[in-house]
Amino acid sequence: MPEPLLSTSQLCAWYGDFQALFDLDLMINEGEIVAIIGANGAGKTTLMHSIAGLSINKPHQVIYRGRQIGALRADQVAFEGIALVPEGRQLFASLTVEENLVIGAQTGRKGDWQLPTVYQLFPILQERRTTPATELSGGQQQMVAIGRALMANPDLILLDEISLGLAPVIIKTIYAALPGIVEGGMSAMIVEQDISKALAVSSRFYCLQEGRVALEGQSQTVQRDAISRAYFGVQK
Amino acid sequence: MIWINALLQGILLGGLYALFAAGLSLIFGVMRLVNIAHGDLIVLAAYLGLSTTIVLGLHPLLAMIIVIPLMALLGYILQRGILNQTLGDDLLPPLLVTFGLSVIIQNALLEGYSADPQKMNVGALETASLSLGSLSLGVLPLLTFAIAVAVIGSLHWMFYHTALGRAFRAVSDNQDIAQLMGLNKRHVFGIAMALSLAITGIAGILLGVRTNFDPSIGGARLIFGFEAVIIGGLGNLWGTLAGGVILGVAQTIGAQINPGWQLLAGHLAFLIVLAVRPRGLFPRMTG
Ligand SMILES: Nc1ncnc2c1ncn2[C@@H]1O[C@H](COP(=O)(O)OP(=O)(O)OP(=O)(O)O)[C@@H](O)[C@H]1O
Ligand SMILES: [Mg+2]
Repeated sequence: MPEPLLSTSQLCAWYGDFQALFDLDLMINEGEIVAIIGANGAGKTTLMHSIAGLSINKPHQVIYRGRQIGALRADQVAFEGIALVPEGRQLFASLTVEENLVIGAQTGRKGDWQLPTVYQLFPILQERRTTPATELSGGQQQMVAIGRALMANPDLILLDEISLGLAPVIIKTIYAALPGIVEGGMSAMIVEQDISKALAVSSRFYCLQEGRVALEGQSQTVQRDAISRAYFGVQK
Repeated sequence: MIWINALLQGILLGGLYALFAAGLSLIFGVMRLVNIAHGDLIVLAAYLGLSTTIVLGLHPLLAMIIVIPLMALLGYILQRGILNQTLGDDLLPPLLVTFGLSVIIQNALLEGYSADPQKMNVGALETASLSLGSLSLGVLPLLTFAIAVAVIGSLHWMFYHTALGRAFRAVSDNQDIAQLMGLNKRHVFGIAMALSLAITGIAGILLGVRTNFDPSIGGARLIFGFEAVIIGGLGNLWGTLAGGVILGVAQTIGAQINPGWQLLAGHLAFLIVLAVRPRGLFPRMTG
């Protein structure tokens, strides 16, 4: 079996005295889409932040391409080729749409994703390129957030609730763009509240519950009632 | 005519105040740090200029070639070595640390240069002036004003048209997300402080050729800088220039009425603007 692209081992996370993640072991292979599901407060965002370096761990708790990156800062992780599309989009308000995209390429990593390709993926952004980013509609802002992460030409993209608060038709547009994004070999970890959506686009999933992996498996074959139990913590 | 003259002198003086203010405004904008030692750093730059002119025999304005990079280097080291560690959710630690720094710089300057007032001599430039009818404008104040406009203009351009300016704005908006882009905020802050102190280098030398200086005058320069920033509106560089000009004009007009009123008139102008427009005359549109 080939070595995974990224794995965590016994990953823990704390907010002060409150422990949000408990000994998480999970992994993602090259070119794979993995879904992370779980109820509100399960620890999905915390997991993404730990991988991206926004919270610092012990070095061996996150392994990427065989290297221990658990203790790297977020800017160092970015240079390694991991990009996060943060929950709630978090665009830079003082930057235009185009500047938000360009700053995504700050690491200088080479690849197919550049301004023209991002504009091809989301043409509306080209029309609005000189607008301050936070003046766009929610859906368009989400496109900027995704485009900004793509501009880094990452090998692994972390997508945290990209459909949060968006109209169904916009969600459809954004998810329609996903195959084009991963066809180049990029791996993706997707956090999503909408379970069927998450399972439909992924090959494997992890279901978190109160900071622990309650269930993991193949997205296409998993039984719905198994997920409900893991999701809501209903005892058998 | 004396009033028009006072007005013009005030405008030109405002250029110097804008230079005091620009560095303060820059670092407050990028990292929300209020640098209490800013005025003393201006005085330090003046003394560095003095030493350069004495040791190397350079003209004071040429001494900038040495002083500006020295101050920039000091800024980067200061930020990476000390100030970054004080930044966080709490605004108090950086205030206390830069206050301590202010005391240290003053004492070091007293130790090294004594309390005697000093001045840098620029020779013929000192008295050179241009006559416009019955008005006469000093070449040195004109030059100072021109440099101030050039510095503010370059800063503004840098902020909105370069990768560094983009990084400054991004870090100012959201430090964590900026880190995700591969920006090391500690380094970005270091660069911002280097730039701030580079401007301080220019301001210090222009101050030192204009008036006498001694180790104790930093506090007043800090206040003038603050007032210019606040009058102009936080986060707006051209506003800072306007703030400096308003402060300068208020001071020279005040002095014209009564020589003792110079500083008082400046502070009054500041208070009036603050009362009428608490966010300054030209606050930044966004945020
Ligand atoms: N900054 C914080 N300070 C303290 N506790 C936090 C903080 N952020 C998250 N938590 C707590 O950590 C736990 C996990 O939160 P996290 O945001 O990772 O969950 P999530 O699965 O992303 O939830 P959601 O679906 O609502 O986005 C929750 O109990 C939350 O209350
Ligand atoms: Mg979340």
